[in-house]
Amino acid sequence: MSFEKLPKFTFRRAVLLVILSAGFYSTLLRFTKGLGAATHLTDRFPWGLWIGFDVICGVGLAAGGFTLAAIVYVFNLRRFHPILRPSILTAFLGYALVAVALLFDLGKPYNIWHPLVMWNHHSVMFEVAWCVMLYLTVLALEFSPVVFERFRMERPLKLLKAITIPLVIVGVLLSTLHQSSLGSLFLIVPSKLHPYWYSPLLPVFFFISAVGVGIAMVIFESNLSARALGQEIEMPLLAALGKAMAVVLGVYGILRLQDLWGRGALAHLREPTTETLLFALEIVVGLLIPLFLLLLRQVRETREGLFAAAVLVITGFLLNRLNVSITGLEYSAHAHYFPKWTEVAVTLSMVGTGFLCFGLAARYLNVFEAD
Amino acid sequence: MSKAILIDTTRCVDCQRCVVACKLVNGLLKASPSDFLTTDALRPLTPDTDLAMDESGEEELSARALNVVQSHGSVYVRRFCMHCQDPTCVSVCPVGAFRKTSAGPVVYAEERCMGCRYCMMACPFGIPRYEWNKVWAPRVKKCNMCAPRQAKGLKPACTEVCPVQAGIFGERGDLLREAQNRLRQEPAKYFQHIYGEQEVGGTSVLYLSAVPFDALGLPTNLPHDALPSYTYRVLSEIPNLVTLGGALLGGIWWITKRREDVSNAEKEDGDHP
Repeated sequence: MSFEKLPKFTFRRAVLLVILSAGFYSTLLRFTKGLGAATHLTDRFPWGLWIGFDVICGVGLAAGGFTLAAIVYVFNLRRFHPILRPSILTAFLGYALVAVALLFDLGKPYNIWHPLVMWNHHSVMFEVAWCVMLYLTVLALEFSPVVFERFRMERPLKLLKAITIPLVIVGVLLSTLHQSSLGSLFLIVPSKLHPYWYSPLLPVFFFISAVGVGIAMVIFESNLSARALGQEIEMPLLAALGKAMAVVLGVYGILRLQDLWGRGALAHLREPTTETLLFALEIVVGLLIPLFLLLLRQVRETREGLFAAAVLVITGFLLNRLNVSITGLEYSAHAHYFPKWTEVAVTLSMVGTGFLCFGLAARYLNVFEAD
Repeated sequence: MSKAILIDTTRCVDCQRCVVACKLVNGLLKASPSDFLTTDALRPLTPDTDLAMDESGEEELSARALNVVQSHGSVYVRRFCMHCQDPTCVSVCPVGAFRKTSAGPVVYAEERCMGCRYCMMACPFGIPRYEWNKVWAPRVKKCNMCAPRQAKGLKPACTEVCPVQAGIFGERGDLLREAQNRLRQEPAKYFQHIYGEQEVGGTSVLYLSAVPFDALGLPTNLPHDALPSYTYRVLSEIPNLVTLGGALLGGIWWITKRREDVSNAEKEDGDHP
C-alpha cells in the first residue's frame, strides 16, 4: 500500500460521502436549532428513530460480541477463536455509536453523566445506562490487546491475558442484564403498547432474540469481511453457528407463540390493521422462513444460503425492535410518526461511521488473526 | 395526609379561568397579564397564545399550557397532571428528576434532568410535555399542583379561581368521601365511578362525570396496580441473576477447562507411555 496515492473514488465511498455530509448538516441543525427542528418528534411521540433504531436496535446488533466471547472462553469452543476478534470489534464500535447517538437524542446531552451520581434504582433506564457504560469499558478492554499488539506493548498484554476469563464473564452478565432490560423498558406501558408486542416476558424475548441476532451478525460480517478482504470464509464454523441460530430461533418461536396464545393476542389477527401486517411480517420474515432454511442442511452449509438466513434474521430483529419501540405505540398515541430526513441522515451516518471504522481497523490492526 | 383535587365535570362551564390562572402563576402568558383579567377577555385568548390544537381545534396540553379544558360534546373536562400516588414518572426517571412530595404534588427538578423523555413515554395519562424548540436546556413541563403556592399555605391557582367549584382542593381522603357522597345523593346524575380512586394505584386528581370516562378522553384500560411494580418486579431480580449467572458461567468455564486439561494430559500420556 502506498501512501502517496490518494484513496480511489469508488461508488461505495461516494455514497458514504453523501451520507456523512447529510449527517453533518443534520448534526448542525440538531445542535443549533434543537430537537424540534431536527426531528419529527412530538409530545405524543417523544421517542423516534434515534432511540428505536440507533439505541434499541444498535445494542441488539452488537450482541455478537458477548455471544461469541461466551462460546470461545466460557464454553471453551476454541475453534471459533478466529472469528472472535472481528465480533468484539463490531460490538465495541456498535456500543460506542450507541453512546454517540444518545448525545443526539438527549435533550441535555451535557448531563449524560448524571446517572453516575444521581441514582434511581427503580428505573430500568438507570440500569441500562450503567450496564452499557460498564460493558463499553469491558469491550474496550477485550479489544485492546489488538491495539497493544500493534505497538508491541508486552506488559499490558500480559495483564489483560491474566484477566480474560473474569472479564468475559462480567461482559456476559452485563449483556444479559441490559439486553433484557431494553425489553423491560416497555413493561411500564401495558396500556400503550399493542398486545402483539406487550408481554410480561418482554425482557426474556429481548434477551433470546439478542443472542439470535448476535449470531446472525457474526455470520453476516464474516461474509462481508471475507469478501472485502479476499479471504477464505470459515464455512464449517459458520455452519455450526447456523445450527445454533436455528436452536435459538426455535426456542424463541415456541415461547413467543405460547405467550401470544396465552394472552389471547392472536385474536387480533382477524383485524386487518397495520399492526397485523407488521406483526405477520416480523414473524414470517424473521422467524419462520429463516428457521425453515436453517433446518435444511444443504442451505445451512452453503455460503449463500446461510448468508440469506442471517440477513432474514437481522431484518426480522429490526422489525421487532421498531415495532416495540415505535409502530406498536402509534395506535394508543393517536399519532403517526415518520422520521424527518435529518433523523434518517444521522442514523445512516452512524451506520456509515461504523463500517468506516471497521474498515480502518481491519486495515491497520491485526483483527483477523488469532493470538 | 396528602392533598388532592376533585374535578366534577358536571359543574364545569368552560369559563377557562383555571387555564388563565395556571398560565399566570407559571409565567406562560405571552401578552401582559392585565389583558386577561376580565372574564370577557378569556375566550379569545386561546388562538392568541400560540397553543397546540388537537384535531377538533381544541387546545392541547403543551409546554405552554399545563392545564387545559377540553369539550367532549357538552361535557367539559379539565386535563392536567394526575399526580399519581405511586407515579410512573418518578419510577422511570434514571436520574430521579421527579419526586412525589408528601404534600401530594409530583414535582420536577430540571437541573437533574438529562432529557431522555422516558417519563413522557411511560406516563399512563400522556401528560408530560417537552420544550422541543429550546436548543440548550429544554425542560419537561407539567403541572406541579402549585407546590410553591401550597408551601405558602395557598390553594392551587386553578381551584382558587373556579367560580362554580368544579375543581376543589383538599385532603385526598376528604375528597374521596365527598365524591362518594355526591354519587350516593344523586345516583341518576353521575356515572357511578370515581376516576382516579384506583387507576394505576390511585391518583391525587379525582374525576366525577355524568358519562362513562372513555367518552371524556380519559384512558380506561389502566390496571389498578401501580405501574412501577411492573418494572421493579424484574429489576429486583438483578442481584439474584448476577449471583446465579456468575456462578453458572464460572462453573461452566471450570468444567470445560478441566475437560480440556484432562484430554491434554491423556494425549501426553499416550505420547509417552
